[in-house]
Amino acid sequence: MSRRERRWRGPLHDQQRPSRGLLVALVLACLTVMSLDSLSASPIDPARRAVGEVFGPAEVASAGAVRPFTAVPRWFRSRDSMQQDLLDLQAENSDLRSKVATQDYDRNRLEEYDGLTAAAKSLGYSLVPARVVGLGPSQSFSRTVTIDAGSDAGVHPDLTVVNNDGLVGRVLRVTRSTATVLLIVDADSVVGGRVGRSMEVGFLHGRGVLGHDGRLDLELVDDTAVPAKHDTVVTWGSEGGGPYVAGVPVGRITTVYSSLRETAQRAVIDPYVDFGALDLVGVVVPTGTSSDRSVIEPDGGLR
Amino acid sequence: MNAVRALVAAAAVCVALVLQVTFFPHLAWDGIVPNVCLLVVVGAALTRGPEFAAVLGFVAGLTLDLAPPADHVAGRWALALVVVGYVAGRVRRDSQPGAGTVLATVAASSFIGTSVFALSGLVLREPAIGFGELLEVVLLGVVWDVLLTPLVLPPVMAMFRRLEPDRSLA
Repeated sequence: MSRRERRWRGPLHDQQRPSRGLLVALVLACLTVMSLDSLSASPIDPARRAVGEVFGPAEVASAGAVRPFTAVPRWFRSRDSMQQDLLDLQAENSDLRSKVATQDYDRNRLEEYDGLTAAAKSLGYSLVPARVVGLGPSQSFSRTVTIDAGSDAGVHPDLTVVNNDGLVGRVLRVTRSTATVLLIVDADSVVGGRVGRSMEVGFLHGRGVLGHDGRLDLELVDDTAVPAKHDTVVTWGSEGGGPYVAGVPVGRITTVYSSLRETAQRAVIDPYVDFGALDLVGVVVPTGTSSDRSVIEPDGGLR
Repeated sequence: MNAVRALVAAAAVCVALVLQVTFFPHLAWDGIVPNVCLLVVVGAALTRGPEFAAVLGFVAGLTLDLAPPADHVAGRWALALVVVGYVAGRVRRDSQPGAGTVLATVAASSFIGTSVFALSGLVLREPAIGFGELLEVVLLGVVWDVLLTPLVLPPVMAMFRRLEPDRSLA
């Protein structure tokens, strides 16, 4: 090792020695940026926004150019008409599945405190459709994606993002044409969840893993309640519908843990959404939001 | 560092970044993609030496930190790529580096880069990641970067070499 090092360093003695001052200056600059960004009101945010305004459209354009190629295998697998049938069936399937998934929750809501109108209202949202154009690398250890709808489309921070299957995440920040979405599997993400059958509330924490191991941990507030396996968990929702609206299916309980030392019950949730293959998503916006594209209304129509 | 060279280097970083977030996720395994920005910095280091590469690493890292969909504390990738640029630049020799040297440098740089990023996360108390998963991400990242080296490094190094007609003045 030492011999190799000497060999590597050898020719450098003939050249100019690399400046240590420059290295120190750059490292200090990095540390300064880090400490500035760690402040609660980060002075880096305007810079983030400015860089986003430049790179957002570039990402949208690049994703648009790449999409035909990523769709090629799918196109070859079946003819056009079959492809359409398949899409229709898939849409119907996820629609039925989400109906089944929220059935318990809906019934409880109806029985407990809501009339039919209120329930219908709470389950019907206006959605701004968007496509995922950029994914953060796993090397960054955070699970975020870029979508191609921004403030021009009526999107602003702290809105819920869903797809056909269930809850995807929430909007962190927007530029004019793009938005950054924090996925619920991110290790930073906390979602208020409710077990559909028992109406028990708890908190869902992401594990920061995508793919087949992408799970969420549910911690129930009431330590006497034992969640049942295969129960559906839906969002709990908060005042004013932000950041997560109520009643969106999140996932299914796969394992339940209870230890004597811990005060709360823990359960592992398998999310309905396949985070490795995100494409078309919808951002939940208040009805009547003005947008640069067609908004999907609660009754299923377009505006 | 003249203006043309700086512009070309910045453009290379931008292209690398856009490819990294839009194209490579389609090929990714568990979200782990090749770090194309890191490859550009290593290419600069092997042709232009540690000082240019450290500056380019800072610019590339900061862009990686700020461009959507990044959400971690800004400056972490900048620090990782400054270290990578400096360390990889020390490998540079007068002769043109051989394929083995380039691959070894890329593997070491990828390992160092992702590790420095992960360590800075520990210091800043960003969400903790298990050691097993951390190792998996780092090692798969190395494999990806080495696989992509034959496609990315030759054009990048050729580009930087053309922008530097007289090496003795570097």
